[in-house]
Amino acid sequence: MAGEIQNPIIRVRDITVQFGSTRVLDGLNLDVKRGEILGFVGPSGAGKSVLTRTIIGLVPKVAGSIEVFGVDLDSSNTSQRRNVERRWGVLFQQGALFSSLTVRQNIQFPMREYLRVSQRLMDEITMAKLTMVGLKPEVAERFPSELSGGMIKRVALARALSLDPDLVFLDEPTSGLDPIGAGDFDELVRTLQRTLGLTVFMVTHDLDSLYTACDRIAVLGNGKIIAAGSIADMQASQHPWLRQYFHGKRARAVMG
Amino acid sequence: MNSDPKLERIAKGNALALCATGTWTASFAPVLERIVADAEKLAGGPQSIFIDVSEVAKLDTFGAWLIERLRRSLTKGPVEAQIAGLSANYSSLVDEVRRVRATAVVDGGTVTITGMLEQIGRTVAGVGGTVAGLVDMLGAVLAAGFRVLIHPRSFRLTSTVHHMEQVCWRAVPIIVLITFLIGCIIAQQGIFHFRRFGADIFVVDMLGVLVLREIGVLLVAIMVAGRSGSAYTAELGSMKMREEIDALRTMGFDPIEVLVLPRMMALVLALPILAFLGAMAALYGGGLVAWLYGGVEPEAFLLRLRDAISIDHFIVGIVKAPVMAAVIGIVACVEGLAVQGSAESLGQHTTASVVKGIFFVIVMDGVFAIFFASIGM
Repeated sequence: MAGEIQNPIIRVRDITVQFGSTRVLDGLNLDVKRGEILGFVGPSGAGKSVLTRTIIGLVPKVAGSIEVFGVDLDSSNTSQRRNVERRWGVLFQQGALFSSLTVRQNIQFPMREYLRVSQRLMDEITMAKLTMVGLKPEVAERFPSELSGGMIKRVALARALSLDPDLVFLDEPTSGLDPIGAGDFDELVRTLQRTLGLTVFMVTHDLDSLYTACDRIAVLGNGKIIAAGSIADMQASQHPWLRQYFHGKRARAVMG
Repeated sequence: MNSDPKLERIAKGNALALCATGTWTASFAPVLERIVADAEKLAGGPQSIFIDVSEVAKLDTFGAWLIERLRRSLTKGPVEAQIAGLSANYSSLVDEVRRVRATAVVDGGTVTITGMLEQIGRTVAGVGGTVAGLVDMLGAVLAAGFRVLIHPRSFRLTSTVHHMEQVCWRAVPIIVLITFLIGCIIAQQGIFHFRRFGADIFVVDMLGVLVLREIGVLLVAIMVAGRSGSAYTAELGSMKMREEIDALRTMGFDPIEVLVLPRMMALVLALPILAFLGAMAALYGGGLVAWLYGGVEPEAFLLRLRDAISIDHFIVGIVKAPVMAAVIGIVACVEGLAVQGSAESLGQHTTASVVKGIFFVIVMDGVFAIFFASIGM
């Protein structure tokens, strides 16, 4: 147990991912420390989502190893893997809510599978999660097709958090939200990280999120991590893309 | 690090302290629920109650909510229960769950006899709507067809050819195989039963008339409804789900003209071809069985076939094909465009497309049978 605390929660070593002859990730290394919010940035099409999907096991890798919670996902057996999957939550870019289930059923789906608790507690926890992500209880009986884009994001986050995971993957959580909603979302992620000791792996393009929510930032380029560190490190970096990213017009606007 | 959660009762003078210890997290939720339900029985006592959470090793939403639930149920009456010993870390979580309003969840509705009767009534009343929808689509397709006739350049030839390949060319192997087998079976059964009357040779009459007039086209139409009708519904339905059809409309395109018309054209052209190939395969299969099993030489088979059937039989069969294709296509497109936002709805409409398609094909076949009988063909 003590070792698990010191070791990074996600340890990615030399992973290579290839689609046909295009090499998307090329010997990439990355550590995510326990309890931190890691913001993950990079140009569009650089493979941010591919890395996320590789870590959670949806995209096969050509080489390298991935350890999550100290478990090597390649050599783990089914029960170890299930145990890891129970401890992480994933927010997909498009929400990926189950379209034939209501919001309530969506959030309760993992609970039903993994926990043996009463319907009453599940309903109450569902309401708690909905309140946490800033939705009204009335939303619970709606179907995903009856929700707006921002509401889908929030419900998807509520579902990702439904088992109180130790680690959440957020793929562009604030895209498509209004600035106030995005700000609330950042704050919510912060609160959850403080209260639940959550580790957050967040792919984002939102400079506000990077400034206000993230403890550390990793930058992906050419299939590798080209820089990792605090926001100050990023601003000090001489890398051309980083300079453009953190000193461009929009970045200056955010920094005031 | 993880230890079983407990809730100890310690009397402190006038007050009662409930000391929570151990891990109050989702993994222990079933145990926690029992503990809290036990403690809730203390409600209504005279003492004031403290819930001391300073010894809790780990707390998450489940634990925090159960403590909050306990606090709420103990607060009833004049006594107010309080939570004590909150660490700074956990207080914001508890504050968060404190905002939760306990709303009664509406249950999904139980099945009642009235509800079932209502459902049946609605379905029956919906039949009229279905027919109206089909006529509506027929009108829309014809209107689009006329527009294309006036402006032939707006006809989507590439799309039509693509769909022709999907529904016609790629369907040939399976259609030929199945109709071949059906031809074999009809011939085998015919010979088996006719032999008792020494009427072996009449199997050729039966095979020819049956295959050319009815079985050939009907069987092929049913297979096309299952194969291509379902594909049309699924394609249009998923396009509807992802707002692609709305996108087309906002760009000034008519979805009927762009999506439905090429599919209909492809199907209307494909079904006669497939029906013809199917009929030939069935005759070939039947002839083969008549030869190998019934001892009818191929020359004798062909001679008898020429006597038994006329061009009328063939025309009766093949004339039905484009009409059946239109029915299948319209049903499939109507169902596809009726898909709502969920995967379940897509499945329902695809099923409905095939079921209704086959139903209408058989109804049409009956109508044709009456028609041809009355004109003496």
